[in-house]
Parts: sequence; structure tokens; C-alpha cells
Amino acid sequence: MTSLLTVKSLCVGFPGKRGVLPAVEDLDFHIAPGETLAIVGESGSGKSTAALSIPGLLSRSSRPVVSGSVRFEGQEMLNMPDRKLARMRGPDVGMIFQDPSTSLNPVFTIGRQICEPLRTHMGLDARAAEARAIELLELVKVSAPEQRLAQYPHNLSGGMRQRVMIAIALACSPRLLIADEPTTALDVTVQAQVLRLISGLQKSLGMAVLLITHDLGVVWETADRVIVMYAGRKVEEGPVRRILSQPSHPYTEGLLRAARKEGRDGFLTEIPGVVPPPHQRPPGCAFEPRCARAIAACRAAVPAIRSTGPGQVAACIRAEEGQPA
Amino acid sequence: MTLLKVHKLVRHFPVSRGFGSSAIVRAVDGVDLEIAPGETLAIVGESGCGKSSLARCVAGLDTATSGKVEVEGTDSADMLTADPMRFRRSIQMVFQDPYSSVNPRRRIGEIIGDGLRLHKLVPRAQRAERVRELLEQVGLAADYADRYPHELSGGQRQRVSIARALAVNPRLIVCDEPVSALDVSVQAQVMNLLVRLQRDHGVAYLFISHDLALVRHIAHKVAVMYLGQVVESGDAAIFDQGFLHPYAQSLFDAAPRIGRPEGEEVELLEGDVPSPISPPSGCRFHTRCPQTIDRCKVEAPDLRPVAGRDVRCHRAEEMLARMMPPQAEAAFGTG
Repeated sequence: MTSLLTVKSLCVGFPGKRGVLPAVEDLDFHIAPGETLAIVGESGSGKSTAALSIPGLLSRSSRPVVSGSVRFEGQEMLNMPDRKLARMRGPDVGMIFQDPSTSLNPVFTIGRQICEPLRTHMGLDARAAEARAIELLELVKVSAPEQRLAQYPHNLSGGMRQRVMIAIALACSPRLLIADEPTTALDVTVQAQVLRLISGLQKSLGMAVLLITHDLGVVWETADRVIVMYAGRKVEEGPVRRILSQPSHPYTEGLLRAARKEGRDGFLTEIPGVVPPPHQRPPGCAFEPRCARAIAACRAAVPAIRSTGPGQVAACIRAEEGQPA
Repeated sequence: MTLLKVHKLVRHFPVSRGFGSSAIVRAVDGVDLEIAPGETLAIVGESGCGKSSLARCVAGLDTATSGKVEVEGTDSADMLTADPMRFRRSIQMVFQDPYSSVNPRRRIGEIIGDGLRLHKLVPRAQRAERVRELLEQVGLAADYADRYPHELSGGQRQRVSIARALAVNPRLIVCDEPVSALDVSVQAQVMNLLVRLQRDHGVAYLFISHDLALVRHIAHKVAVMYLGQVVESGDAAIFDQGFLHPYAQSLFDAAPRIGRPEGEEVELLEGDVPSPISPPSGCRFHTRCPQTIDRCKVEAPDLRPVAGRDVRCHRAEEMLARMMPPQAEAAFGTG
């Protein structure tokens, strides 16, 4: 299978008082055309940083140090000149962010914001762009699309704004959609609508989706493959159904139990401790201080990624020990 | 003996709509609740359902437009005027955002010790000792007393908020989404802390949440709210039996669930929650309800007892008949 996006040894760090703080370390993955890959992790896992570095959207002022390789259809995107990169955002890579109330511009109408990419990237004239904008709003199931064009973001509810964001991201029919926590700010009944909308559009448009989320339930219901990240590194990767039924990394297991709200006698299963901050990561496996299966060897070196099942890889030297009872 | 009794509580907010016209947001519109000592009542609903406004009225941070809140048989409005300190010792609150609910300029020890100082609960010489005890109870090391909030993670700050609430030995803690700003692995730690404290100290919780799965393990009673009203309430057994109100059902089904079989079609609600400024006529849920009949559009249903719980739906009996045991099991089994 040819891959649409190939990421190799991606490292992203941010300079701080104590030197460069590593946010993402040595990340490899690929996405095939039409596939949904989810990256799941808690805050500080590096999942959003990794996603933002693909279309070159990391904030300049934080002076990110990026190395490795990000190839979109064979074309290297890291260190690509800005003008060239800008031409790719839209037709090649579309993006949806978490917070629909801050990612739309409050002083421009919905119509103007949807038409902008249509006019700059697709070369449509004003009238054609407006017609296409109405089509797009219909596609994302916004009611009364003609009237919405003249409205401002504050006139819309959170769910409607996120639909508008999706319409903008889809305006140039991107081959890859990067969705960074697209439903986290929404209520559950609206979240379900938006997720169903994204997967429906993906199937009909044949687009690949890179979904960033902290919610394993969302992963189960939308993704084909999943990457679990912890403290800046990939700890497990594989087909969703496999990973969420037979995880081999103890962190994935803990996350899974927490997400299922599994409990006994009124208490929920918890992972003890906290995610170590970037400047205090232990030398070996970053999960070792919180891990019930940890042994001395876990502290010696960062465990290598290796195969643990069909299509499944994990970074744990004790993956075969199985799930503790 | 009831600890907290909320009777026909109403909270309306007047809002200006510009050019001199005004409107009323019906945030809470006639809610009745009861909590016994040592019990957890979970209020669940989406944004705009009035759950936080209700919480603030109960905690005495806001005044109800009408209706009554009684704490151990005394009207809370009277108590707040006559003896506000006694009221604050009875009811404490833990807020959603652990970043904005503690003062960044004060040390953790001062934040927790304030209640002890203001309520003159322990002599000054013993205050530091009591703060250490409280820190230990919430799972923080004693040396955290000298730190500032910015040195703590979100989960740790939420523990500080809990210790601060606990300092005055309250009978009831109002928890407004206490874990929704935290990562899943930390959520379980904080939830377990709340359960442990309840078992040790007999404190009752009014637990506000948007997540039915989360409250399932800790709630003794649950009430689901929609547009300012309770639509279904009962004891925790309804989690196993299944909800009868179509909104409560949708809220439960819409949450993404690991292990849901592929192709299992979930009926999704259409549209968003209507504005609480002009709630729909008749049943407030009829605009989104998959079960709407003509009667729902004109006649507002009352909250009435059906099958051991209270439901605000004209068609509750039909829903009950439709809910066959195996279906209920499939819909509510975990994972």
C-alpha cells in the first residue's frame, strides 16, 4: 500500500530555561490514502505538537526545533519555504482545531471565511465561490445555508461553528484532514453528530484523516489504526480493534481501563502518579515510575518499538508478560 | 432526616437584548431535589441545562428567583442572613477549573488553612498540623503546604480544592464538574479520593457532571436535566434498568463507547439544545425527540412516578414496555 503521509524520526523541542525541552521524540508513522489514523494520549504527550508540525503550524514565537522527515506524497514538508507550504494547506492538507469559537475570525462573516480558500486556492470568482460555499454548508448539514453566509460566528452555536470549520477545511477537497480534538469542546449529543459527519465525509470523499484525541471511545468509533503516545514518544501502534481489546503496553491498558470507567466496589481503576514533565523524564522507559510491571531493566534504556501481535507494535520490554489480573 | 431539600427552585436571569428590549434566560425552572447525609446525588446534563446555576444556588453563591433550599430543616436564605458562617460550614464547593479556583499568590497551606482560621476551628498553634492532616487525606505530601499553585499539576490543584472544602467538616460538598478538566488517568484518582472521603467522613455530594458513565460508579441517586428541568431522576438502579426519558437515553447512547459493535446503529439527536430564553412549547424536548407525538407539542408533561423513578414524558409507559430486558442489558453493559 502506498502511503499518503510518511513521518520519520520526527523530533520537536522547545527552547526553555533548562535547554531544549523535548515535546516529541523519534516519532514514526504513515497514513494511507482514505485511512483514519488516531493519535491518542493525555495532555503533555506531544500528540498536538506532532500534528501541528506536519503543516508547519507550530507557533514561531515558541522557536520550535524540528528534525526528522515529513513526506506528503514523497514531498518533504519540513523546511519547505513558507509560500510553498501555504499552497499545500487547503488543497492537500486541511485542518480542524479543538475550539471552534477561537479558530473562526469573529469580525468576518461565515460566507467570507468559507469563500477565502475557494478564491485563493481554487481560483473561483465571487459568485462561484458563494455557490460552492452553500454546497459545502449543505454537506456539513448546516440548516438554512444561504442565510448563514451573512452571519457572524457569534450567531452560531458551538456545534454549528465546528461544522463551519469543517466546511472551510473541506473547501479545497484536501487529501488529508488533520483534526485536532475536533469534538472535545462539544456536548456529547453534538459530538456524536460531528463524528458521524466526519466519517461520512471521509468515506464519500476518500480523504485520509489524522485524528488527535484523548478519548479512546472516539478512537473506537472512528479510527482504523491508532498510535498511543506517552511523554513525547509512541508507546503502541496498531489496528484499533486489536489495540483496544488486547493492548500490549501497560500504559495503553491503564488508559483503556480508565476510559471504560471500570470499577470495583465504587472505586475506579486508576493509574497511580502523574505524567512526568519534559524536563524530568526518567532515563529509561518514561512510564516506568507508574508501571505495575516495571523491573530494573526498564530504567536502563528507552525500550525499542517491536512487534507484539498482528500489525501491532509496542515499546515495552515486558509486553509478553500479559495483563496483570 | 434529609440533609438538603430543594423545593421548586427557579433561577431566571434577565438579559438585555439591545435597544432597550430584554429577555429572561430560564436557567433553572422548578427543580426539586433531596439529599440524605452521606449520599451522592449526581446531576447530569449538557451545557445550558442549568446544572451549574442550580449548583451555585445550592452552595449559596447565587440567590434563587423563587423556591426554597433547606439545609437540615433550616431555610438556607434565612441561614445566610442570620448566620452565614454556619451555612458555609455546612456546604462547601469544588469547582471545575483547578487553575482559576485557587489564588495563585498564596501558598497551599494558606489556601487550605483559611477555613480553619476564619471559622476558628483550631487554635493557631495547631493549624499547621491540621493542614498537614488535610493534605495527607487528599493524598499530597505535607511539604506541599509551602508551595504555590503554579508548582502543582491540575489533578494536584483539584486535591487542594477538595482539602480546602473539607477543612471545615462540611455536611455537603457541591462538586461542579470536578474532574472534567483533568486527564482520564487522573480523573479516576480524584473520583476515588472523593469516594474514599465520603466513606471516611460521611460527607454528602451534589455532583454536577455531563458524563453519565462517570457518575455511574459513585452516585446513589441521579437526575438528568434538560433546559432547566429534571427530565428523569431516581436511584442508581436506573443505570442498570435503563433510562425511560428519550433525552436521558440519547445522552447515554451518544457517548462514544469502546467495544460498541460495528454497525450498531445509534439514533442520534438532531440539532442543538434550544435557547433557554424561549424554550419550546409543550415538552421542552419535543423539537429534538425521536418519539414526539402531537400531544408533546402542546402539553408540557409533569415529572411523575413511573417504574420506581420520576420521568417527565407523556410516553413513559410506552418506553417502559419497549425496553425489553435483553435490550436493556445490551445497552448498559460496560465495554
